[in-house]
Amino acid sequence: MPTPQLMHSEASGASLLEVDDLRVDFFGRLGRVQAVRGVTFAITPGETFGLVGESGSGKSVTSQAILGIVDAPGKVAGGDIRWNGHSLLHGQDSKALRRRVLGKEISVVFQDPMASLNPVLQIGTQITEVLRHHLHLSRRAAVERAAELLSLVGISNPRRRMRQYPGDFSGGMRQRVLIAMALACEPKLLIADEPTTALDVTIQAQIMELLAELRSTLDLSVLLITHDLALVAQFCDRMAVMYAGTILEKGPTASIFASPVSPYTEGLLRATPRLDVHLERLVAIPGEAPDLRRDVIGCAFHPRCGLATPQCRDEAPTLLNVGVDHEVACWNRGPAHEENGCADEPR
Amino acid sequence: MSTNIRPGSVADTGMGSTSRSGETRRGPRTDRGRGSSTVLRQILRDKMTLAAAILLCLVVAVAILAPLIAPHDPTQQVLGRRLRPPALFSGGDWTNPLGTDSLGRDFLSRLMYGARSTLLVSLGVVILGSLIGTTVGLIAGYRGGVTDTLVMRLIDLQMAFPGLLLILLVVSVAKPTRLTLVLLLSLMIWHVFARHVRAWTLSARSNVFVEAARMSGARTPRILVRHVLPNLASPLLTLVVLSLATIMLAESSLSFLGLGVQPPNTSWGLEINTGRQYIFDSWWLVVLPGLAISLTVLAVNVLGNWLRVVLDPQQSDKRFVGEQSTGAR
Amino acid sequence: MLRYVIRRLLMGAAVVFVVSAVVFFVPRLAGDPVQSMLPLDHTPEQRDALEKSLGWDRPLLTQFWDFLSGAARLDFGDSVWQRRPALEVISDRLPATLELAGAAILITLIVALPLGVAAALRPNSAADRLVTALALVGFSIPLFFLGLILMLTFSVWLGWLPTSGRGSLAHLVLPSVALALNGIGSLTVLTRSVMIEELNRPWIRTARAKNLPFRRTVGVHALKNAAPTIVTGIGLDIISLVATGVVIAEVVFAWPGLGTVALVAITRNDLVLLQALVFCAATAVVLLNIVIDLLYKLFDPRIDYTQDSVRSA
Repeated sequence: MPTPQLMHSEASGASLLEVDDLRVDFFGRLGRVQAVRGVTFAITPGETFGLVGESGSGKSVTSQAILGIVDAPGKVAGGDIRWNGHSLLHGQDSKALRRRVLGKEISVVFQDPMASLNPVLQIGTQITEVLRHHLHLSRRAAVERAAELLSLVGISNPRRRMRQYPGDFSGGMRQRVLIAMALACEPKLLIADEPTTALDVTIQAQIMELLAELRSTLDLSVLLITHDLALVAQFCDRMAVMYAGTILEKGPTASIFASPVSPYTEGLLRATPRLDVHLERLVAIPGEAPDLRRDVIGCAFHPRCGLATPQCRDEAPTLLNVGVDHEVACWNRGPAHEENGCADEPR
Repeated sequence: MSTNIRPGSVADTGMGSTSRSGETRRGPRTDRGRGSSTVLRQILRDKMTLAAAILLCLVVAVAILAPLIAPHDPTQQVLGRRLRPPALFSGGDWTNPLGTDSLGRDFLSRLMYGARSTLLVSLGVVILGSLIGTTVGLIAGYRGGVTDTLVMRLIDLQMAFPGLLLILLVVSVAKPTRLTLVLLLSLMIWHVFARHVRAWTLSARSNVFVEAARMSGARTPRILVRHVLPNLASPLLTLVVLSLATIMLAESSLSFLGLGVQPPNTSWGLEINTGRQYIFDSWWLVVLPGLAISLTVLAVNVLGNWLRVVLDPQQSDKRFVGEQSTGAR
Repeated sequence: MLRYVIRRLLMGAAVVFVVSAVVFFVPRLAGDPVQSMLPLDHTPEQRDALEKSLGWDRPLLTQFWDFLSGAARLDFGDSVWQRRPALEVISDRLPATLELAGAAILITLIVALPLGVAAALRPNSAADRLVTALALVGFSIPLFFLGLILMLTFSVWLGWLPTSGRGSLAHLVLPSVALALNGIGSLTVLTRSVMIEELNRPWIRTARAKNLPFRRTVGVHALKNAAPTIVTGIGLDIISLVATGVVIAEVVFAWPGLGTVALVAITRNDLVLLQALVFCAATAVVLLNIVIDLLYKLFDPRIDYTQDSVRSA
């Protein structure tokens, strides 16, 4: 099976981050689980990229692989991740590159603010440690910068609050602290892993506003990982839809929302409640996601897809171009279909 | 997982709950892949437990059947056959398979009767101590308030007299019988049970079904026995087994110091004390009882550890994911 | 925090008071101390004479008050056996015991802590299973047996070290190692299990995502959270060492410390000396418990200061 090619714009060399046919396996009690099965995408400077999928689709694992924190019992099993063209996974220089880049030029904001902060260390310490390790700032300079960062994210009285503990902050405030921590070294790419899931709706809005603001003032690229389609529609330039460890559709957010091509994406959008359309009931996608402990043969979505053909069952589709910068992995809706106009014509 | 459709979220497609694969165990090393060796390890680990269980059954059997199966009378002195080595060593023979002591008494028989004393006292202590401790802990944890404070003070006081201290006081004025020994040693562990059971009761108390029972008018003792206690059964059992190990060590230490089981009864610790002066030539007088204690306590500890892992469903699963966290408090 | 310290000290004082009551009344309730001091065929006059000379013919409460006020000044009366102030006997032998206990504690810390952390970093590896197995064996072997085996091996068969007594550094080796091995067993297992738990916390994931040096992630983020439990474990180990272990080790190796004194006091029915010993030991334990509690709170700022004893919860 040919590996999916990076899109023209993605491969142009202007990419900040390239994920190339990434594979990640987990070894558990009942065998090998293939959490990520050949994921490819790229992010350019200043771009916001949304990685969407339901729980278990492998989107968080992908971000872990980028950050280098996939742990036992997990293991990166194949593919590559490149930063500014240089590999982070393979080659002699990759280790040094990882040391230089991870945590500094690539940083992350995790989902659960209470769990992500160490409860027995002061907030200030948790920020300054990053500054002192990566930027080699002196203690005083680090404290200065930490205070700056805290006000940047909207925390008043930063110097006083720096000496407090995570338990003294509310959920939304803690998330702001996490963002401040992630921005400490002026990263080029910020990975936001479900940044609003654990928060109230009103706080969610505030946090996303903050992120949007920061994105433009700091010229940041953002990889937004979420299951919330609305968030992606609001916030992301381009997006990829993940399902069962692979990407089924990838392209500009506007195009995908306007005319989704993959049956799965269609199903997702149909199942989402909307304010402008009156629905009697939501149309759910029938069936269940596949058990990734077994090897997935053919298209991962085919058991639940109304358009499934024998080819879908036997062979996994690859990502192919269906429009400007818009790719889909589907035998029925792919370019073959467009050319031949027939659903079950063999390629 | 309930189908919680929030505005804007991907509809639950009926998949059921799946924890994000990223949330499995983490450790600082990223490059380990576990696989086939885990199964082998599991079998081996359980073999150890099996061996431990068999050993313990053997010891208990010997202790119970000692009067029937001991080859000689343990108190019978045969001065002509003093300090004979065990059978397989030069100078020894099968009349006294494990040799004789300084008064010519058959060592195997003495060890068998020693097992009797040790087990009798240890089991007695554990039963008494756990009963008292559990009852006190249940009441203190459930009632709270003054009762609880009182109990805590009592525990604090008990903790000021760890190990031998209190026993020294008593033993200086009265020679200990096996009964007083059981009572004194119970003091060593009741507070461990009380503290743990109290903590467990405190958290169980806030459970919904306990509240429901209370509201339906059930009286306290009934609630405690029917609702709270069953939940404590697993950790309690583990605690019982592990405290058995502690008590056996304590009893043998006391007997070694001469403050425990007294002649004409014997215990393994006491044998080591008597045999000590002959250690340079008649090593078996010390090594054999010592091995007996060590192996028995080791078996109890292995069993206790196994229980702890097996009875905690969380930890059972962790065994298979390539890591084990024993997390006991 | 200061308020907590004061409260704890006051509580400790109350406990010490009760301790002295226990130390005073228990022997008198458990048996007949006077009788145990007299030869078997004594006359009632001899008994009266002895009671009078010890001041034990006075009302019990008066005696108790005397005992209390004496204890506050560390004056426990004269040892019947050595015919000098009990306190003197204790202070004579104290350094030896402290030396032994101190050496054992040092060895335990140096070995158990790094071993426990190292095992936690490679859970279920061959090295880890070996360490856990050895630790298990370590705290299953009774101290007195271990001491005797060590003595047999290293003094008798190999002749490398002296058999018993106190004197040079060589004399210290066997007793302190024997004493330490038990503690090493339990402390290693405790450290390992606490660290494994702490290393699996979600904030460790954050620390790793920040790409902090390994030393910091483990040494600060994990260890700081693990510290209270580990420190408590160390404290409890010290207490059991002091209360029981030291006595046994001293007896096995004929180490001239307080443990051997205690046993002699028992065999000679010297209640005065024994009371003094137990009182001092129990008071030391109470103080140690307070220190442990304070350290616990120092390490974990989340703990509610109005709680009495964290470890009891």
